[in-house]
Amino acid sequence: MTAAARRLDIDALLADPATRVLVCCGSGGVGKTTTSAALALRAAEHHGRHVVVLTIDPARRLAQSMGLAELDNTPRPVDGIQPVTAQGGGRLDAMMLDMKRTFDEVILAHASPEKAEQIFANPFYQAMSTSFAGTQEYMAMEKLGQLRAAADAAPSRSGSAAEDGSWDLIIVDTPPSRSALDFLDAPQRLGSFLDGRLIRLLSAPAKAGGRAYLKVVSVAVGSAAGVMTKVLGAQILRDLQTFVAALDTVFGSFRERAERTYDLLQQKGTAFLVVAAPELDALREASYFVERLGTERMPLAGLVLNRAHLSRAEGLSAERAAAAAEDLEDVEGGAGERSAERELTASLLRVHADRMRRHRREQALTSRFTGAHPDVPLVEVGALAGDVHDLDGLREIGRSLADEPRG
Amino acid sequence: MPAPSPSGAFREVRLHVVTGKGGTGKTTVAAALALALAAGGRRVLLCEVEGRQGLAQLFDVPQLAYAEHQIARPSGGGELWAQAVEPKAALLEYLDLFYHLGRAGKVLERIGAIDFATTVAPGLRDVLLTGKVYEATRRRDRGAPHYDAVVLDAPPTGRIGHFLNVNEEVVGLAKVGPIRNQAGSIMSLLRSAQTAVHLVTVLEEMPVQETQDAAAELHRIGLPVGAVVVNMVREPLLSPAALAAAAKGRLSVTKVVAGLTAAGLSGHGAGRGAGRGAGTVGASAARSALRPLAEALIAEGMDHAERVRLEEDQRAVLASLQRPLVELPALAEGVDLGALYLLAERLGEQGMS
Repeated sequence: MTAAARRLDIDALLADPATRVLVCCGSGGVGKTTTSAALALRAAEHHGRHVVVLTIDPARRLAQSMGLAELDNTPRPVDGIQPVTAQGGGRLDAMMLDMKRTFDEVILAHASPEKAEQIFANPFYQAMSTSFAGTQEYMAMEKLGQLRAAADAAPSRSGSAAEDGSWDLIIVDTPPSRSALDFLDAPQRLGSFLDGRLIRLLSAPAKAGGRAYLKVVSVAVGSAAGVMTKVLGAQILRDLQTFVAALDTVFGSFRERAERTYDLLQQKGTAFLVVAAPELDALREASYFVERLGTERMPLAGLVLNRAHLSRAEGLSAERAAAAAEDLEDVEGGAGERSAERELTASLLRVHADRMRRHRREQALTSRFTGAHPDVPLVEVGALAGDVHDLDGLREIGRSLADEPRG
Repeated sequence: MPAPSPSGAFREVRLHVVTGKGGTGKTTVAAALALALAAGGRRVLLCEVEGRQGLAQLFDVPQLAYAEHQIARPSGGGELWAQAVEPKAALLEYLDLFYHLGRAGKVLERIGAIDFATTVAPGLRDVLLTGKVYEATRRRDRGAPHYDAVVLDAPPTGRIGHFLNVNEEVVGLAKVGPIRNQAGSIMSLLRSAQTAVHLVTVLEEMPVQETQDAAAELHRIGLPVGAVVVNMVREPLLSPAALAAAAKGRLSVTKVVAGLTAAGLSGHGAGRGAGRGAGTVGASAARSALRPLAEALIAEGMDHAERVRLEEDQRAVLASLQRPLVELPALAEGVDLGALYLLAERLGEQGMS
């Protein structure tokens, strides 16, 4: 543990009933999804929480470990939960985000069936809802809003949480890109777009009965329409207009929903965890996330530093271990057994020296981060040789997150 | 089964797309590849498209702008240029280039169409980014290509298929007109032998799985997979016999204690005092004081052996992809400019340039 940093108390965070939403963000490849799953499991088993974890694109075997065989956009109870608390009663549901289905559901909730059909058939909608970057971020937040609404509406804590949605803790994984924080911009973007002249221009033909729309808009917009026809071609502009016109009614509620989710994220019950690894790029991204969350006045709980190279023999420095290995290799003679002992010990000392060099480099990088952000508590999780394939693996990570000795 | 050697396989390639799971070092590999390609006196452009400014950090230069800018001059008269492709600038440039819309572009900006295109309408971003890379690859001066090669530090493997195939979507949306033509040309370049999509990975389960998935996806959409670059490869530090013993949990604490004693280390626990000679302490007391250190070293050795074993499994999975395999070493002290040149040399030796 870096001396300057405060320790992040994961157990206190998970145990606090006031914690209702936990958002894990960070760059790709730092174990964000695994961290989300491990936190969820620990909250259910150790703190009696009724948890739902929303994962984005989990690795296959991690998904299987939680019994998620397919991406079906519905929370499913995870089997094999072993509550350890006296009060017991913890439960865990898990789900994978299906962004297209989530998008479809939003449309269905706000448009008449005929209009929804129209929208689904539009090529722009199909492209936007399945393959375009950014949609995943919007939809992850939309799903979070839905889960939270379900949790708030649920009457009791009886029965299966998955059935009545009575979760008291929602843990969300975010998509692995810098745009993971794009959802923070969604309300503003949608707002400026909806109030802008572009949308009026695009929806003009529909409102004017499809003819002579140039007459109903200003001259500036008229020339813009000319430009757009020239650039896009008439057919693509027509498709786009149909799309915007069809979405017109839905857009308003879109913005409202985005604003509600944004507000929810700023509320007291929400906590953000930035997940990183002790590497230059990942920590640079972590700094960006921390600063961005600060700017948006989003509540940051702390930093989880995965894949750290820790050692039980930190007192033996890399240099001393390497020197000792060299000394051993220089010794001549002795019985075969003696020389085998020396050889083995020398190679183990080299393994240790290598680990300590990494450790020292990681500490240096980490202290740069803590120097810039002294108020951000952090917890280190040791690097594992392999990936997590089962609940026991998640429990092990949970112990590490909570800084509990290995069991 | 041995993977084919990449020697000379990419000589015809003009556009090298480098992707990989986050954390595998794809930006580093893209930068090293660009240096390797420029080494023979060629002019190479290195593009980043995610606004992360990762290249500026690597080359230790000020932030990259949209304008192409020379960032290195490798020996042999090569030139390495770099740019950060940014969607808004790409759109305005595109409008100006194809439609001569100097002022009309401003009109679009005023009504919010430019913002819409580059931020709200999510996919257009990728259309613009790939469009700009296409333009640089195809640019010609007096009949000859302006750049001998273009290297793209592309989005991660999880997104690469959609990113590169976005113009196919556009072809689906625009049935006629200039946009369709442009999108069609981009797709033909990407599908041709002039393009190679290199997959960067490390020898861990998840990145290797993603590499497999990406290779399959690229194959399915008809995009050419280039080399598989195995980054941050570490040599085993234990002998085969020690690895085998460690894997079976048969490393002897007594032997390691004896070895540590021979090395003159003392064990005041595995903690602070470990190091100097035993002095006046009795031999058996000294040996038992070394046990915790020996146990910690053995635990680290077993961890190492487990890692080596898992890495071998992953290597076999990668070999089964039947693509050229290229390996780059892990650099203990991290990557600086000198290290980039070293990695570039390794790529060159393995036939990547």
